[in-house]
Amino acid sequence: MKQNEKKVSWISFLLVLAFLGLVFWLDQIIKPTNKMYMLMTVLQKGSVYALAAVSMNLLNGYTGLFSLGHAGFMLIGAYTYAIFTIPSSARDTVYQYFDAAIRISFPELLSNSMGSAGTVLGVAIAVIFAGLAAAFFGYLIGLPVLRLKSDYLAIATLGFAEIIRAVFQWQKLGPITNGSNLLKNFMRTSLFKLKVGDTKLVFSTFVPVLIATLSIIVIVKLVNSTYGRAFKAIRDDEVAAEAMGINLAKHKMISFTVSSFFAGVSGAMMAMVLSIAQASNFKAAMTYEILLMVVLGGIGSTSGSVIGSFLFVAASEWWLRGLDSGKFLGIEAPGIFRNGFRLVVFSVIIMIVVLFFRKGIMGEREISDLFREKKKAKGAAR
Amino acid sequence: MRKDKPCILRVEDVTMQFGGVVAVNNFSMEEYEGEIVAIIGPNGAGKTTAFNVITGVYAPTNGRVTFDGRKVIENFPRGKMKKGYLGENAGKYTDHLEPTPDKLTALGMARTFQNIRLWKSMTVFENVLIAKHMKRTSNLFSATFGGNRAEEKRQRDEADALIETVGLSDVRDEPATSLPYGKQRRLEIARALATDPKLLLLDEPAAGMNPQETVELTRFIGEIRDQFHVSILLIEHHMDLVMDISDRIYVLDFGSMIAHGTPVEIQANEKVIDAYLGVTDDA
Ligand SMILES: Nc1ncnc2c1ncn2[C@@H]1O[C@H](COP(=O)(O)OP(=O)(O)OP(=O)(O)O)[C@@H](O)[C@H]1O
Ligand SMILES: [Mg+2]
Repeated sequence: MKQNEKKVSWISFLLVLAFLGLVFWLDQIIKPTNKMYMLMTVLQKGSVYALAAVSMNLLNGYTGLFSLGHAGFMLIGAYTYAIFTIPSSARDTVYQYFDAAIRISFPELLSNSMGSAGTVLGVAIAVIFAGLAAAFFGYLIGLPVLRLKSDYLAIATLGFAEIIRAVFQWQKLGPITNGSNLLKNFMRTSLFKLKVGDTKLVFSTFVPVLIATLSIIVIVKLVNSTYGRAFKAIRDDEVAAEAMGINLAKHKMISFTVSSFFAGVSGAMMAMVLSIAQASNFKAAMTYEILLMVVLGGIGSTSGSVIGSFLFVAASEWWLRGLDSGKFLGIEAPGIFRNGFRLVVFSVIIMIVVLFFRKGIMGEREISDLFREKKKAKGAAR
Repeated sequence: MRKDKPCILRVEDVTMQFGGVVAVNNFSMEEYEGEIVAIIGPNGAGKTTAFNVITGVYAPTNGRVTFDGRKVIENFPRGKMKKGYLGENAGKYTDHLEPTPDKLTALGMARTFQNIRLWKSMTVFENVLIAKHMKRTSNLFSATFGGNRAEEKRQRDEADALIETVGLSDVRDEPATSLPYGKQRRLEIARALATDPKLLLLDEPAAGMNPQETVELTRFIGEIRDQFHVSILLIEHHMDLVMDISDRIYVLDFGSMIAHGTPVEIQANEKVIDAYLGVTDDA
């Protein structure tokens, strides 16, 4: 029993390591001019959405709190990251109409004394900062909102996200948020390169994939811990959970704050992948998209959320592209396959999947269960 | 009565009013350490409501609950109830103490539910293990990053030992709700015991059980009292079980207590026979 569990975690660990190695290698050989660069885009955006979906699943899937504020927390993360990584040389061009109030760039500050290691550390600090800012807002919102029952909680969090979006575009906050103008020129994935000796190493895809991987590992560990079990107890039966000594207010708050933290981190990743941060992008539609990925993968399954996200991103950004540009699967029909048709087909596919796979692709299972089930079957056969 | 022992639970003048319905009316009782006390009464008498007040699910409209020598719940008609209060002893209590159920569980109360409330997506083992969460000393970070290995292992071992004791080892890894009714009730008791209670409240533990299972359960409840050193307060309709194991019995009818005493006294009580025993003797 115990031995088996150890084996499962070792297999998972090695698989993750192999995946990271593969991404690192791809980063070196597939250049932006390559036809296969679409794969890198999918990996980058997929990581962003995978973390967003997994953090939403922590709340909606494991704790049973139906919250729709994700885009709001991602926005906070994206802005925090962007603001604290704009180099001083670019600051005045970015804040064209305002007098920038925050004049610190972590990567710049640290690279002055530590070189490229400082840049890396600065980016890491900015990402964590982004998470903390989102978590802080999560805590504040959570105080009043978490007492509400499910439908009201969804509406309240949705409202909060819309308010955040409006506030960040408010001209009066321009010196911090740049008002309704976008933020740019901060540390983005295209700048993630290091010179080691004579060779130039590229980390454009590796960095977002790594951040998502580490974050998801932390969430998985949390879900499997005694706290994660308490979350599931609350989801299954709140009355019983409370009667067995689980403090509902406290545990809901923990889940909400942690989920907000990682939503903030995924927001930071979104900013670095897209090279811009703009409040008007973080609409409720983004939250719905993420919710769809969670449902597609299976509510209550972390692997499901990851698979759902990558499939979603790959389908919408890559595989179905042809539907918009006249040629799909070798069929040329510019009359039908034109702008917007992709979205129609995509919506139909999603509807079919949701209708016929009620419990999503994974149900409540995890990828690691696959190794486990095989072992069990073998044991029984012996 | 074991009045030589300390009082584990004292309920004083508890009234629970929902709108215009007085579900529990001026109910008082006490239980001494190591006792098995039963609350009986016809359907809708207010027994479960009394449990819900004692365990913190509902704040009483009026009255006080003292647990293990400490005043834990107290309330008086306030707000809208100030005018609409239909019970007695208004003005006797002046304090407002309304802890959530988990606080009372932490102090040493644990309960089961009349309509079984197991965590349905989880196995038998997990159901018991989660009830150990309350006993943790680890914080969020140490629990997430594996800094609580020793505690985690101890809690798992304790959960396994408990499952063994209640005789559910053979279904340890089964989904909790796939178990037959009788075993689900047993599991609910094991889960409550996992919180290390001083007082165990059982709401109709024999409901849905056949006579054979009921006999086993009767013996099981006695064993639990002795082995885990808990006091037991139970609601039950199976009269054989109640008369067999209770030290004392309180009888509720339409929210009010109409009698209390030893099983022998209750069986001879005219009011009880009229209100209850005469009607649903073998329910
Ligand atoms: N939350 C509530 N709101 C309104 N009325 C309630 C509430 N809870 C219980 N009641 C009422 O209180 C009365 C007592 O119910 P209770 O469940 O305590 O009875 P009981 O003695 O446990 O009965 P049974 O033997 O059927 O379980 C009933 O009339 C019930 O409708
Ligand atoms: Mg009842």
